[in-house]
Amino acid sequence: MESIFFLIVAAVAVISSILVVTCKNPINSALSLVMTFFCLATFYVMLDAPFMAATQVIVYAGAIMVLIIFVIMLLNVRVETVKRGTHAVMAGSAIGLFILFQTVWFLMKGSMTGKVGEMTKEQIISVGHVELIGKAIFTDFLLPFEVTSVLLLAAIVGAVILAKKKI
Amino acid sequence: MDTLILGLPVAYYIAMVAKVLVAFVFVLLTVAYATYAERKIIGHMQVRLGPMRTGWHGLLQPIADGVKLFFKEEIVPSQASKFAFLVAPLVALIPAFISFAVIPFGDNITIGGYTVPLQIAAYYDQAGKQVFDVNVGVLYILAMASLGVYGIVLAGWASNSKYSLLGGLRSAAQMISYELAAGLAIISVFMLSESLSLHKIVADQAGGAWYAFKQPLAFVIFFICSLAEINRTPFDLPEAETELVSGFCTEYSSMKYAMFFMAEYANMITVCAVTTTLFLGGWHGPAFLPGWFWFIAKVYFLIFLCMWIRATYPRYRYDQLMRLGWKVFLPLTLVNVMATGFWVMFISK
Repeated sequence: MESIFFLIVAAVAVISSILVVTCKNPINSALSLVMTFFCLATFYVMLDAPFMAATQVIVYAGAIMVLIIFVIMLLNVRVETVKRGTHAVMAGSAIGLFILFQTVWFLMKGSMTGKVGEMTKEQIISVGHVELIGKAIFTDFLLPFEVTSVLLLAAIVGAVILAKKKI
Repeated sequence: MDTLILGLPVAYYIAMVAKVLVAFVFVLLTVAYATYAERKIIGHMQVRLGPMRTGWHGLLQPIADGVKLFFKEEIVPSQASKFAFLVAPLVALIPAFISFAVIPFGDNITIGGYTVPLQIAAYYDQAGKQVFDVNVGVLYILAMASLGVYGIVLAGWASNSKYSLLGGLRSAAQMISYELAAGLAIISVFMLSESLSLHKIVADQAGGAWYAFKQPLAFVIFFICSLAEINRTPFDLPEAETELVSGFCTEYSSMKYAMFFMAEYANMITVCAVTTTLFLGGWHGPAFLPGWFWFIAKVYFLIFLCMWIRATYPRYRYDQLMRLGWKVFLPLTLVNVMATGFWVMFISK
Protein backbone atom coordinates (compact mmCIF):
# COMPACT_ATOMS: atom_id res chain seq x y z
CA MET A 1 0.00 0.00 0.00
CA GLU A 2 2.69 2.42 1.08
CA SER A 3 4.90 1.57 -1.89
CA ILE A 4 2.00 2.07 -4.34
CA PHE A 5 1.36 5.49 -2.79
CA PHE A 6 5.08 6.27 -3.00
CA LEU A 7 5.13 5.35 -6.69
CA ILE A 8 2.16 7.61 -7.44
CA VAL A 9 3.70 10.58 -5.63
CA ALA A 10 7.10 9.89 -7.19
CA ALA A 11 5.56 9.82 -10.66
CA VAL A 12 3.85 13.17 -10.03
CA ALA A 13 7.13 14.60 -8.69
CA VAL A 14 9.10 13.48 -11.75
CA ILE A 15 6.48 14.66 -14.23
CA SER A 16 6.09 18.07 -12.56
CA SER A 17 9.85 18.59 -12.33
CA ILE A 18 10.15 17.80 -16.04
CA LEU A 19 7.39 20.34 -16.69
CA VAL A 20 9.36 22.98 -14.75
CA VAL A 21 12.03 23.00 -17.47
CA THR A 22 9.83 22.27 -20.49
CA CYS A 23 6.92 24.68 -19.92
CA LYS A 24 7.05 27.68 -22.24
CA ASN A 25 5.04 29.87 -19.90
CA PRO A 26 7.10 30.96 -16.85
CA ILE A 27 4.05 30.99 -14.56
CA ASN A 28 3.23 27.38 -15.46
CA SER A 29 6.86 26.43 -14.75
CA ALA A 30 6.65 28.10 -11.34
CA LEU A 31 3.42 26.24 -10.58
CA SER A 32 5.02 22.94 -11.56
CA LEU A 33 7.83 23.75 -9.15
CA VAL A 34 5.24 24.29 -6.40
CA MET A 35 3.82 20.87 -7.26
CA THR A 36 7.31 19.33 -6.97
CA PHE A 37 7.78 20.93 -3.55
CA PHE A 38 4.44 19.54 -2.51
CA CYS A 39 5.48 16.02 -3.53
CA LEU A 40 8.70 16.46 -1.53
CA ALA A 41 6.59 17.43 1.48
CA THR A 42 4.57 14.23 0.99
CA PHE A 43 7.82 12.23 1.04
CA TYR A 44 8.81 13.89 4.32
CA VAL A 45 5.47 12.84 5.82
CA MET A 46 6.07 9.27 4.64
CA LEU A 47 9.49 9.36 6.34
CA ASP A 48 7.88 10.30 9.70
CA ALA A 49 9.09 13.89 9.47
CA PRO A 50 5.88 15.96 9.55
CA PHE A 51 7.69 19.08 10.81
CA MET A 52 9.98 19.05 7.78
CA ALA A 53 6.93 18.61 5.53
CA ALA A 54 5.13 21.57 7.10
CA THR A 55 8.17 23.85 6.87
CA GLN A 56 8.78 22.72 3.29
CA VAL A 57 5.26 23.84 2.35
CA ILE A 58 5.33 27.04 4.42
CA VAL A 59 8.78 28.25 3.36
CA TYR A 60 9.23 26.99 -0.19
CA ALA A 61 5.73 26.51 -1.58
CA GLY A 62 4.12 29.24 0.51
CA ALA A 63 6.67 32.05 0.68
CA ILE A 64 9.53 31.74 -1.81
CA MET A 65 7.42 30.61 -4.75
CA VAL A 66 4.84 33.32 -4.11
CA LEU A 67 7.67 35.87 -4.33
CA ILE A 68 8.94 34.29 -7.56
CA ILE A 69 5.45 34.38 -9.09
CA PHE A 70 5.11 37.95 -7.83
CA VAL A 71 8.26 38.95 -9.72
CA ILE A 72 7.18 37.12 -12.89
CA MET A 73 3.82 38.91 -12.75
CA LEU A 74 5.43 42.32 -12.18
CA LEU A 75 7.85 41.87 -15.06
CA ASN A 76 4.97 40.49 -17.13
CA VAL A 77 7.17 37.88 -18.79
CA ARG A 78 5.08 36.17 -21.43
CA VAL A 79 5.73 33.00 -23.41
CA GLU A 80 9.46 32.51 -23.88
CA THR A 81 10.93 31.35 -27.12
CA VAL A 82 12.69 28.14 -26.33
CA LYS A 83 15.49 27.02 -28.59
CA ARG A 84 15.40 23.27 -29.01
CA GLY A 85 18.22 20.79 -29.47
CA THR A 86 21.07 23.08 -28.53
CA HIS A 87 24.39 21.70 -27.30
CA ALA A 88 23.71 22.93 -23.76
CA VAL A 89 20.55 20.83 -23.52
CA MET A 90 22.42 17.77 -24.82
CA ALA A 91 25.31 18.23 -22.40
CA GLY A 92 22.93 18.88 -19.49
CA SER A 93 20.90 15.75 -20.13
CA ALA A 94 24.08 13.69 -20.52
CA ILE A 95 25.36 14.89 -17.15
CA GLY A 96 21.94 14.30 -15.61
CA LEU A 97 21.78 10.75 -16.93
CA PHE A 98 25.31 10.07 -15.70
CA ILE A 99 24.47 11.27 -12.17
CA LEU A 100 21.25 9.21 -12.19
CA PHE A 101 23.20 6.12 -13.22
CA GLN A 102 25.81 6.79 -10.52
CA THR A 103 23.13 7.21 -7.83
CA VAL A 104 21.35 4.01 -8.80
CA TRP A 105 24.67 2.15 -8.92
CA PHE A 106 25.63 3.40 -5.46
CA LEU A 107 22.26 2.39 -4.02
CA MET A 108 22.42 -1.07 -5.58
CA LYS A 109 26.07 -1.92 -4.93
CA GLY A 110 27.29 0.46 -2.28
CA SER A 111 27.33 0.10 1.48
CA MET A 112 24.79 2.90 2.10
CA THR A 113 21.63 0.82 1.73
CA GLY A 114 19.89 -0.51 4.81
CA LYS A 115 21.99 1.36 7.35
CA VAL A 116 20.13 2.59 10.44
CA GLY A 117 21.16 6.00 11.72
CA GLU A 118 21.03 7.46 15.20
CA MET A 119 17.37 8.45 14.95
CA THR A 120 15.19 5.38 14.59
CA LYS A 121 11.50 5.38 13.78
CA GLU A 122 10.60 4.22 17.31
CA GLN A 123 12.60 7.07 18.83
CA ILE A 124 10.86 9.63 16.62
CA ILE A 125 7.43 8.29 17.58
CA SER A 126 8.18 8.08 21.33
CA VAL A 127 10.08 11.37 21.85
CA GLY A 128 8.47 13.41 19.09
CA HIS A 129 9.87 14.68 15.85
CA VAL A 130 9.70 18.40 16.70
CA GLU A 131 11.36 17.86 20.10
CA LEU A 132 14.25 15.96 18.51
CA ILE A 133 14.85 18.68 15.89
CA GLY A 134 14.63 21.42 18.54
CA LYS A 135 17.11 19.65 20.80
CA ALA A 136 19.55 19.07 17.92
CA ILE A 137 19.38 22.70 16.75
CA PHE A 138 19.84 24.25 20.18
CA THR A 139 22.55 21.91 21.49
CA ASP A 140 24.69 20.06 18.92
CA PHE A 141 24.19 22.48 16.04
CA LEU A 142 23.99 25.72 18.00
CA LEU A 143 26.94 27.39 16.27
CA PRO A 144 25.77 26.77 12.67
CA PHE A 145 22.27 27.87 13.72
CA GLU A 146 23.53 31.14 15.18
CA VAL A 147 25.87 31.78 12.23
CA THR A 148 22.94 31.30 9.84
CA SER A 149 20.82 33.74 11.81
CA VAL A 150 23.60 36.37 11.73
CA LEU A 151 23.95 35.81 7.98
CA LEU A 152 20.21 36.32 7.47
CA LEU A 153 20.31 39.46 9.62
CA ALA A 154 23.13 40.83 7.48
CA ALA A 155 21.08 40.08 4.35
CA ILE A 156 18.07 41.92 5.79
CA VAL A 157 20.16 44.97 6.73
CA GLY A 158 21.73 44.91 3.25
CA ALA A 159 18.31 44.81 1.59
CA VAL A 160 17.12 47.78 3.66
CA ILE A 161 20.22 49.82 2.80
CA LEU A 162 19.86 49.01 -0.91
CA ALA A 163 16.15 49.82 -1.00
CA LYS A 164 16.12 52.96 1.11
CA LYS A 165 17.18 56.25 -0.48
CA LYS A 166 17.89 58.10 2.74
CA ILE A 167 19.04 56.39 5.90
CA MET B 1 -15.64 -5.16 14.06
CA ASP B 2 -12.46 -7.01 14.89
CA THR B 3 -11.25 -7.58 11.34
CA LEU B 4 -8.21 -5.49 10.55
CA ILE B 5 -7.55 -3.62 7.31
CA LEU B 6 -3.91 -2.48 7.05
CA GLY B 7 -3.51 -2.87 10.81
CA LEU B 8 -6.56 -0.84 11.78
CA PRO B 9 -10.09 -2.05 12.68
CA VAL B 10 -13.01 -1.58 10.27
CA ALA B 11 -14.70 0.74 12.77
CA TYR B 12 -11.80 3.16 12.32
CA TYR B 13 -12.55 3.54 8.62
CA ILE B 14 -16.30 3.89 9.17
CA ALA B 15 -15.71 6.57 11.81
CA MET B 16 -13.23 8.36 9.54
CA VAL B 17 -15.60 8.50 6.57
CA ALA B 18 -18.47 9.61 8.84
CA LYS B 19 -16.35 12.40 10.38
CA VAL B 20 -15.21 13.67 6.98
CA LEU B 21 -18.75 13.67 5.57
CA VAL B 22 -20.32 15.35 8.59
CA ALA B 23 -17.64 18.04 8.86
CA PHE B 24 -17.66 18.76 5.12
CA VAL B 25 -21.45 19.01 4.81
CA PHE B 26 -21.61 21.12 7.95
CA VAL B 27 -18.96 23.56 6.68
CA LEU B 28 -20.70 23.79 3.29
CA LEU B 29 -24.03 24.58 4.96
CA THR B 30 -22.36 27.15 7.19
CA VAL B 31 -20.75 28.74 4.12
CA ALA B 32 -24.16 28.98 2.42
CA TYR B 33 -25.88 30.47 5.43
CA ALA B 34 -22.96 32.73 6.35
CA THR B 35 -23.67 34.65 3.13
CA TYR B 36 -27.29 35.00 4.24
CA ALA B 37 -26.30 35.92 7.81
CA GLU B 38 -23.86 38.54 6.53
CA ARG B 39 -26.50 40.27 4.41
CA LYS B 40 -29.07 40.04 7.18
CA ILE B 41 -26.78 41.24 10.00
CA ILE B 42 -25.26 44.11 8.00
CA GLY B 43 -28.75 44.99 6.82
CA HIS B 44 -30.06 45.32 10.34
CA MET B 45 -26.96 47.23 11.46
CA GLN B 46 -27.61 49.72 8.66
CA VAL B 47 -31.35 49.91 9.54
CA ARG B 48 -32.43 47.86 6.53
CA LEU B 49 -34.14 44.49 6.47
CA GLY B 50 -31.78 42.56 4.18
CA PRO B 51 -33.22 39.79 1.94
CA MET B 52 -36.93 39.29 2.66
CA ARG B 53 -38.57 37.88 -0.49
CA THR B 54 -37.33 34.29 -0.92
CA GLY B 55 -38.92 32.18 1.80
CA TRP B 56 -39.72 33.29 5.34
CA HIS B 57 -37.53 36.35 6.07
CA GLY B 58 -35.45 35.41 3.02
CA LEU B 59 -34.30 32.07 4.43
CA LEU B 60 -34.11 30.45 0.99
CA GLN B 61 -31.86 33.23 -0.39
CA PRO B 62 -28.59 31.17 -0.40
CA ILE B 63 -30.31 28.45 -2.47
CA ALA B 64 -31.68 31.03 -4.91
CA ASP B 65 -28.22 32.62 -5.21
CA GLY B 66 -26.61 29.23 -5.76
CA VAL B 67 -29.07 28.25 -8.50
CA LYS B 68 -28.67 31.65 -10.16
CA LEU B 69 -24.85 31.41 -10.22
CA PHE B 70 -25.03 27.82 -11.44
CA PHE B 71 -27.07 28.72 -14.51
CA LYS B 72 -25.09 31.84 -15.45
CA GLU B 73 -23.09 31.81 -18.66
CA GLU B 74 -19.48 30.80 -18.27
CA ILE B 75 -17.16 33.38 -19.84
CA VAL B 76 -13.42 32.83 -20.34
CA PRO B 77 -11.63 35.96 -21.60
CA SER B 78 -10.10 35.28 -25.04
CA GLN B 79 -6.63 36.54 -24.03
CA ALA B 80 -6.66 34.70 -20.72
CA SER B 81 -4.15 32.00 -19.85
CA LYS B 82 -6.67 29.14 -20.03
CA PHE B 83 -5.21 26.52 -17.70
CA ALA B 84 -4.36 28.92 -14.88
CA PHE B 85 -7.74 30.63 -15.30
CA LEU B 86 -9.60 27.33 -14.87
CA VAL B 87 -7.45 26.05 -12.02
CA ALA B 88 -7.36 29.24 -9.91
CA PRO B 89 -10.83 28.92 -8.27
CA LEU B 90 -10.04 25.33 -7.26
CA VAL B 91 -6.68 26.35 -5.81
CA ALA B 92 -8.48 28.99 -3.76
CA LEU B 93 -11.23 26.65 -2.57
CA ILE B 94 -9.38 23.46 -1.63
CA PRO B 95 -6.93 24.82 1.02
CA ALA B 96 -9.87 26.61 2.66
CA PHE B 97 -11.60 23.29 3.24
CA ILE B 98 -8.75 20.91 4.05
CA SER B 99 -7.60 22.95 7.05
CA PHE B 100 -10.55 21.43 8.91
CA ALA B 101 -8.81 18.05 8.93
CA VAL B 102 -6.79 18.90 12.05
CA ILE B 103 -9.25 21.01 14.06
CA PRO B 104 -10.73 19.20 17.08
CA PHE B 105 -14.43 20.05 17.17
CA GLY B 106 -15.55 18.09 20.20
CA ASP B 107 -14.70 15.69 23.01
CA ASN B 108 -14.19 11.96 22.34
CA ILE B 109 -17.47 10.17 21.83
CA THR B 110 -18.10 6.46 22.45
CA ILE B 111 -20.40 4.51 20.12
CA GLY B 112 -20.95 0.83 20.91
CA GLY B 113 -17.76 0.58 22.99
CA TYR B 114 -15.63 2.19 20.30
CA THR B 115 -14.21 5.62 21.15
CA VAL B 116 -13.86 8.19 18.38
CA PRO B 117 -12.09 11.55 18.76
CA LEU B 118 -14.03 14.36 17.09
CA GLN B 119 -11.09 15.47 14.97
CA ILE B 120 -10.71 14.19 11.42
CA ALA B 121 -6.97 13.51 11.33
CA ALA B 122 -6.80 11.68 14.66
CA TYR B 123 -7.39 8.21 16.01
CA TYR B 124 -7.98 6.79 19.46
CA ASP B 125 -5.73 4.01 20.65
CA GLN B 126 -8.38 1.70 22.21
CA ALA B 127 -5.83 -0.27 24.25
CA GLY B 128 -3.62 2.63 25.35
CA LYS B 129 -6.57 5.01 25.95
CA GLN B 130 -4.83 7.85 24.20
CA VAL B 131 -5.56 10.14 21.25
CA PHE B 132 -2.99 10.41 18.48
CA ASP B 133 -3.34 13.35 16.13
CA VAL B 134 -1.14 15.19 13.64
CA ASN B 135 1.60 16.43 15.94
CA VAL B 136 2.30 19.50 13.83
CA GLY B 137 -1.36 20.50 13.49
CA VAL B 138 -0.80 24.24 13.81
CA LEU B 139 1.95 24.26 11.21
CA TYR B 140 -0.33 22.30 8.89
CA ILE B 141 -2.93 25.06 9.17
CA LEU B 142 -0.29 27.75 8.52
CA ALA B 143 0.92 25.78 5.50
CA MET B 144 -2.58 25.50 4.04
CA ALA B 145 -3.23 29.19 4.68
CA SER B 146 -0.06 30.07 2.80
CA LEU B 147 -1.22 27.99 -0.19
CA GLY B 148 -4.54 29.83 -0.44
CA VAL B 149 -2.77 32.89 -1.87
CA TYR B 150 -1.99 31.00 -5.10
CA GLY B 151 -5.66 30.92 -6.08
CA ILE B 152 -5.94 34.68 -5.88
CA VAL B 153 -2.56 35.43 -7.47
CA LEU B 154 -3.25 33.03 -10.34
CA ALA B 155 -6.73 34.42 -10.90
CA GLY B 156 -5.27 37.91 -11.03
CA TRP B 157 -2.56 36.96 -13.47
CA ALA B 158 -4.52 34.59 -15.71
CA SER B 159 -7.43 36.97 -16.33
CA ASN B 160 -5.12 39.24 -18.36
CA SER B 161 -6.85 42.34 -17.02
CA LYS B 162 -5.33 45.34 -15.24
CA TYR B 163 -7.83 45.30 -12.39
CA SER B 164 -7.38 41.60 -11.75
CA LEU B 165 -3.59 41.86 -11.87
CA LEU B 166 -3.54 44.71 -9.37
CA GLY B 167 -5.92 42.80 -7.10
CA GLY B 168 -3.71 39.72 -7.29
CA LEU B 169 -0.53 41.70 -6.55
CA ARG B 170 -2.10 43.47 -3.60
CA SER B 171 -3.35 40.20 -2.22
CA ALA B 172 0.05 38.49 -2.49
CA ALA B 173 1.86 41.35 -0.74
CA GLN B 174 -0.78 41.56 1.95
CA MET B 175 -0.85 37.84 2.68
CA ILE B 176 2.94 37.54 2.91
CA SER B 177 3.17 40.52 5.28
CA TYR B 178 0.47 39.38 7.64
CA GLU B 179 1.43 35.71 7.64
CA LEU B 180 4.59 36.60 9.56
CA ALA B 181 2.83 38.46 12.34
CA ALA B 182 0.13 35.76 12.60
CA GLY B 183 2.79 33.04 12.83
CA LEU B 184 4.74 34.92 15.50
CA ALA B 185 1.54 35.48 17.48
CA ILE B 186 0.89 31.73 17.52
CA ILE B 187 4.46 31.00 18.66
CA SER B 188 3.71 32.44 22.10
CA VAL B 189 0.87 29.92 22.41
CA PHE B 190 3.25 27.06 21.55
CA MET B 191 5.65 28.27 24.21
CA LEU B 192 2.97 27.90 26.88
CA SER B 193 1.49 24.62 25.63
CA GLU B 194 4.88 23.07 24.73
CA SER B 195 3.24 21.23 21.85
CA LEU B 196 2.22 21.76 18.24
CA SER B 197 -0.66 19.30 18.44
CA LEU B 198 -4.06 20.98 18.46
CA HIS B 199 -5.49 18.19 20.60
CA LYS B 200 -2.92 18.95 23.31
CA ILE B 201 -3.44 22.73 23.00
CA VAL B 202 -7.20 22.31 23.52
CA ALA B 203 -6.66 19.90 26.41
CA ASP B 204 -4.43 22.51 28.11
CA GLN B 205 -7.24 25.03 28.10
CA ALA B 206 -9.70 22.91 30.10
CA GLY B 207 -11.54 24.61 32.96
CA GLY B 208 -11.58 28.12 31.52
CA ALA B 209 -7.78 28.52 31.35
CA TRP B 210 -8.08 29.97 27.86
CA TYR B 211 -4.99 31.22 26.08
CA ALA B 212 -6.97 34.36 25.22
CA PHE B 213 -6.61 35.34 28.90
CA LYS B 214 -2.93 34.34 29.16
CA GLN B 215 -2.01 35.83 25.77
CA PRO B 216 -4.45 38.68 25.12
CA LEU B 217 -2.04 40.54 22.83
CA ALA B 218 -1.35 37.44 20.73
CA PHE B 219 -5.09 36.74 20.53
CA VAL B 220 -5.97 40.22 19.24
CA ILE B 221 -3.05 40.37 16.81
CA PHE B 222 -3.73 36.87 15.48
CA PHE B 223 -7.39 37.65 14.85
CA ILE B 224 -6.66 40.95 13.09
CA CYS B 225 -3.88 39.37 10.98
CA SER B 226 -6.24 36.55 10.05
CA LEU B 227 -8.79 39.09 8.85
CA ALA B 228 -6.06 40.58 6.67
CA GLU B 229 -4.98 37.16 5.39
CA ILE B 230 -8.48 36.20 4.27
CA ASN B 231 -9.09 39.65 2.73
CA ARG B 232 -12.01 40.60 4.96
CA THR B 233 -12.98 44.20 5.61
CA PRO B 234 -11.24 46.43 6.77
CA PHE B 235 -8.44 44.77 4.77
CA ASP B 236 -10.36 43.84 1.61
CA LEU B 237 -8.09 45.85 -0.69
CA PRO B 238 -7.64 43.02 -3.26
CA GLU B 239 -11.30 43.42 -4.22
CA ALA B 240 -11.83 47.07 -3.36
CA GLU B 241 -14.81 47.80 -5.60
CA THR B 242 -14.37 51.57 -5.65
CA GLU B 243 -10.92 51.35 -7.25
CA LEU B 244 -10.50 47.86 -8.71
CA VAL B 245 -14.05 46.94 -9.89
CA SER B 246 -13.95 43.54 -8.21
CA GLY B 247 -10.19 42.92 -7.92
CA PHE B 248 -8.87 39.48 -8.77
CA CYS B 249 -12.30 38.05 -9.64
CA THR B 250 -13.34 40.82 -12.05
CA GLU B 251 -13.24 38.50 -15.08
CA TYR B 252 -14.87 35.51 -13.40
CA SER B 253 -18.48 34.51 -13.83
CA SER B 254 -20.87 31.66 -13.05
CA MET B 255 -19.65 28.76 -10.88
CA LYS B 256 -16.02 29.93 -10.90
CA TYR B 257 -17.06 33.18 -9.30
CA ALA B 258 -19.17 31.20 -6.84
CA MET B 259 -16.08 29.14 -5.94
CA PHE B 260 -14.13 32.29 -5.00
CA PHE B 261 -17.09 33.41 -2.97
CA MET B 262 -17.28 30.05 -1.20
CA ALA B 263 -13.52 30.08 -0.61
CA GLU B 264 -13.79 33.49 1.02
CA TYR B 265 -16.48 32.34 3.43
CA ALA B 266 -14.84 28.96 4.04
CA ASN B 267 -11.63 30.81 4.90
CA MET B 268 -13.52 32.97 7.34
CA ILE B 269 -14.97 29.88 9.04
CA THR B 270 -11.53 28.23 9.13
CA VAL B 271 -9.93 31.28 10.70
CA CYS B 272 -12.70 31.48 13.31
CA ALA B 273 -12.32 27.76 14.06
CA VAL B 274 -8.54 28.08 14.42
CA THR B 275 -8.89 31.11 16.70
CA THR B 276 -11.42 29.20 18.81
CA THR B 277 -9.07 26.22 19.04
CA LEU B 278 -5.93 28.19 19.88
CA PHE B 279 -7.28 30.95 22.10
CA LEU B 280 -10.88 30.32 23.19
CA GLY B 281 -10.55 26.86 24.71
CA GLY B 282 -11.76 24.88 21.68
CA TRP B 283 -14.72 22.69 22.62
CA HIS B 284 -14.39 23.25 26.37
CA GLY B 285 -17.39 24.82 28.08
CA PRO B 286 -19.91 24.21 30.88
CA ALA B 287 -20.64 20.46 30.99
CA PHE B 288 -24.44 20.60 30.62
CA LEU B 289 -24.09 20.82 26.85
CA PRO B 290 -21.83 18.64 24.62
CA GLY B 291 -18.41 19.90 23.56
CA TRP B 292 -19.25 20.26 19.86
CA PHE B 293 -22.06 22.63 20.79
CA TRP B 294 -19.65 24.98 22.56
CA PHE B 295 -17.23 24.76 19.68
CA ILE B 296 -19.90 25.72 17.13
CA ALA B 297 -21.23 28.46 19.41
CA LYS B 298 -17.77 30.05 19.78
CA VAL B 299 -17.06 29.79 16.03
CA TYR B 300 -20.42 31.39 15.21
CA PHE B 301 -19.74 34.18 17.68
CA LEU B 302 -16.41 34.93 15.96
CA ILE B 303 -18.12 34.86 12.54
CA PHE B 304 -20.62 37.37 13.88
CA LEU B 305 -17.67 39.47 15.09
CA CYS B 306 -16.19 39.45 11.55
CA MET B 307 -19.48 40.71 10.16
CA TRP B 308 -19.79 43.30 12.91
CA ILE B 309 -16.28 44.59 12.05
CA ARG B 310 -17.28 44.77 8.39
CA ALA B 311 -20.33 46.87 9.23
CA THR B 312 -18.28 49.15 11.50
CA TYR B 313 -14.92 50.01 9.97
CA PRO B 314 -14.04 51.65 6.65
CA ARG B 315 -11.35 50.13 4.45
CA TYR B 316 -7.64 50.74 5.19
CA ARG B 317 -5.46 52.60 2.73
CA TYR B 318 -2.73 50.46 1.19
CA ASP B 319 0.24 52.21 2.85
CA GLN B 320 -1.57 52.16 6.19
CA LEU B 321 -2.12 48.43 5.79
CA MET B 322 1.57 47.77 5.13
CA ARG B 323 2.68 50.06 7.94
CA LEU B 324 0.32 48.33 10.38
CA GLY B 325 1.60 44.89 9.43
CA TRP B 326 5.33 45.54 9.40
CA LYS B 327 5.82 48.41 11.83
CA VAL B 328 3.19 47.70 14.48
CA PHE B 329 2.21 44.04 14.56
CA LEU B 330 5.57 42.47 13.77
CA PRO B 331 7.52 44.30 16.55
CA LEU B 332 4.65 43.81 19.00
CA THR B 333 4.53 40.05 18.40
CA LEU B 334 8.33 39.82 18.73
CA VAL B 335 8.16 41.62 22.08
CA ASN B 336 5.34 39.27 23.07
CA VAL B 337 7.44 36.22 22.19
CA MET B 338 10.38 37.60 24.23
CA ALA B 339 8.13 38.37 27.21
CA THR B 340 6.54 34.91 27.06
CA GLY B 341 9.98 33.30 26.88
CA PHE B 342 11.11 35.30 29.92
CA TRP B 343 7.97 34.28 31.80
CA VAL B 344 8.34 30.59 30.92
CA MET B 345 12.06 30.55 31.82
CA PHE B 346 12.16 32.54 35.05
CA ILE B 347 8.71 33.03 36.58
CA SER B 348 6.56 29.96 35.91
CA LYS B 349 9.30 27.40 36.72
